[in-house]
Amino acid sequence: MTLPIEHNVSDTPLAPPPRRRRRGVDRLWAIRGKSSKTEFAVFAIAGLLVPLAGWMALSHSGILPKLFMPDPIRVIARFWVWITREGFGQDMQVSLLRVSMGFLLALLLALPLGLLAGTFRPVQVFLEPVLDFIRYMPAVAFIPLVMLWFGIGETAKMAIIFIGTFFQMVLMMGDDVRRVAMTQIEAAQTMGANRREVIWQVIFPAAAPALLTTARVTLGWAWTYLVVAELVSANDGLGYAILKAQRFLQTDKIFAGIIVIGLIGLVQDQLLRWLHNRLFPWHGRG
Amino acid sequence: MSRSITIKDISRSFDLGGRTVLALDRVNLNIAAGEFVTLVGASGCGKSTLLRLIAGLDEPDLGMIEVAGVEIEGPGVDRAMVFQNYSLFPWLSVLGNVLFSRRLVANRYDLTASERDGETARASSLLDLMGLTRVQDAYPDQLSGGMRQRVAIARALMSRPAILLMDEPFGALDAQTREVMHDLILDVFAKEKSTIVFVTHDVEEAVYLGQRVVLMAPQPGRIDTVYEVPFESQRLPDLRLEPEFLHLKRAVMQRIRETSGVGNVAAAH
Ligand SMILES: Nc1ncnc2c1ncn2[C@@H]1O[C@H](COP(=O)(O)OP(=O)(O)OP(=O)(O)O)[C@@H](O)[C@H]1O
Ligand SMILES: [Mg+2]
Repeated sequence: MTLPIEHNVSDTPLAPPPRRRRRGVDRLWAIRGKSSKTEFAVFAIAGLLVPLAGWMALSHSGILPKLFMPDPIRVIARFWVWITREGFGQDMQVSLLRVSMGFLLALLLALPLGLLAGTFRPVQVFLEPVLDFIRYMPAVAFIPLVMLWFGIGETAKMAIIFIGTFFQMVLMMGDDVRRVAMTQIEAAQTMGANRREVIWQVIFPAAAPALLTTARVTLGWAWTYLVVAELVSANDGLGYAILKAQRFLQTDKIFAGIIVIGLIGLVQDQLLRWLHNRLFPWHGRG
Repeated sequence: MSRSITIKDISRSFDLGGRTVLALDRVNLNIAAGEFVTLVGASGCGKSTLLRLIAGLDEPDLGMIEVAGVEIEGPGVDRAMVFQNYSLFPWLSVLGNVLFSRRLVANRYDLTASERDGETARASSLLDLMGLTRVQDAYPDQLSGGMRQRVAIARALMSRPAILLMDEPFGALDAQTREVMHDLILDVFAKEKSTIVFVTHDVEEAVYLGQRVVLMAPQPGRIDTVYEVPFESQRLPDLRLEPEFLHLKRAVMQRIRETSGVGNVAAAH
């Protein structure tokens, strides 16, 4: 004996159920909530405008002399002068070259060492104590030594960038490699992969996204060390331009220099993120 | 193609924070070529350890393991392993994962053009068998847990292993998906004719799949009882409700409880 299943037989259509989706303020301020494109734009632009307005207000308030706190418009005007008459292109080119050389050298040496340290226990044990020790020595403190060894030429700047990034990079890349899941390695082994194949067809591709992220982070540090190197000993480059501007009390140019370095970093970072998404479309889903 | 496994007096101990744990104590077991054996037992009784030893991923302290009468040395293409999870290569598509073993030197015996076509055809038919054809270009992270395990099984089967080792392959799946996978694995077993050693926590799964159920006991890890499963290898889902099935299942569960050493005053031995 079965009962008939009751269907909705009323002929007046039911009122639509209340919308369950949270809207507007509720959704936007939900914990880890999402934002629409417009909201994203609003908050992102506000995030830029608020400090800019604060800066404007500060420089016009008279708390600090105009000389020490130029307003954004003066900085932009000064930047234009730098571009057209004071060889900004040259400064930037020189700095870019130095960062690239120092950073690439560190990367080229750190990548294989990190791969080995993350794969083979003896290499890890051999390298890590020394690297851990060295990385706590401030790279800046090596400058006098570097100048004694390499003089004040290009090699010296490369050396400082190298010292500032290489040791950390080996350690971080070793960790990246060590985080590759053992089950992936063992799965490959049970399919017959030899050591070389495990390293090149499993460990390397598995660790690649993390390695690129490490490279991106350390590239940021490379810029810091570049400026330090150029402040100490250089005749050109962005850091040197900032130092010279200080001698002539050109605060507007100092501001311009700092902002430009920030912008270069931002562009580089975005490029590397884009590259990350292109190279590893599988990463960070699900 | 299948091979026999002979486990001779295997012992394996681990150092756990200064204390020595005897994970396996003189274990002996013969598994015939083409047999489906399931391993059950309380947590920590050494099931995974035994399976890893057969796979060659770990070495015994004492004793030895032979496959088709030859002592094993490390992992080999004749013994494929399916892990509980996280073993797929997330940077390869489903098809790329299944074809992975084809790229390895160990499997690159000289293939003629038609044989190479045969390999591609095999990958397709495995994907078909596992119901993965539609998602063959997806990445593992885009799949459900059940699909991922099917990819892992297809990948393991690709190189026609004589022995298939599985360590709780369905442990992370829900009950419905698991039942579907059971019939799938029996289907694979009928078609591929490999020897299968299957570790599980789930006694029903062990009895439904195995021709023999090997029950292990902990501290020290050892084989306690071997149950012959009296059903033919062609099994249907409703078998799980048959009195004979339930009887065996109850007996195994009872024995696991007795040997687990947890909440049991009169521990056996
Ligand atoms: N790599 C290891 N290092 C230290 N101890 C280990 C290691 N592998 C296993 N053991 C120990 O050996 C014993 C058996 O472990 P094993 O993983 O084989 O048990 P299991 O039967 O698979 O358990 P579970 O059902 O929980 O998976 C446990 O006591 C465990 O702590
Ligand atoms: Mg286990």
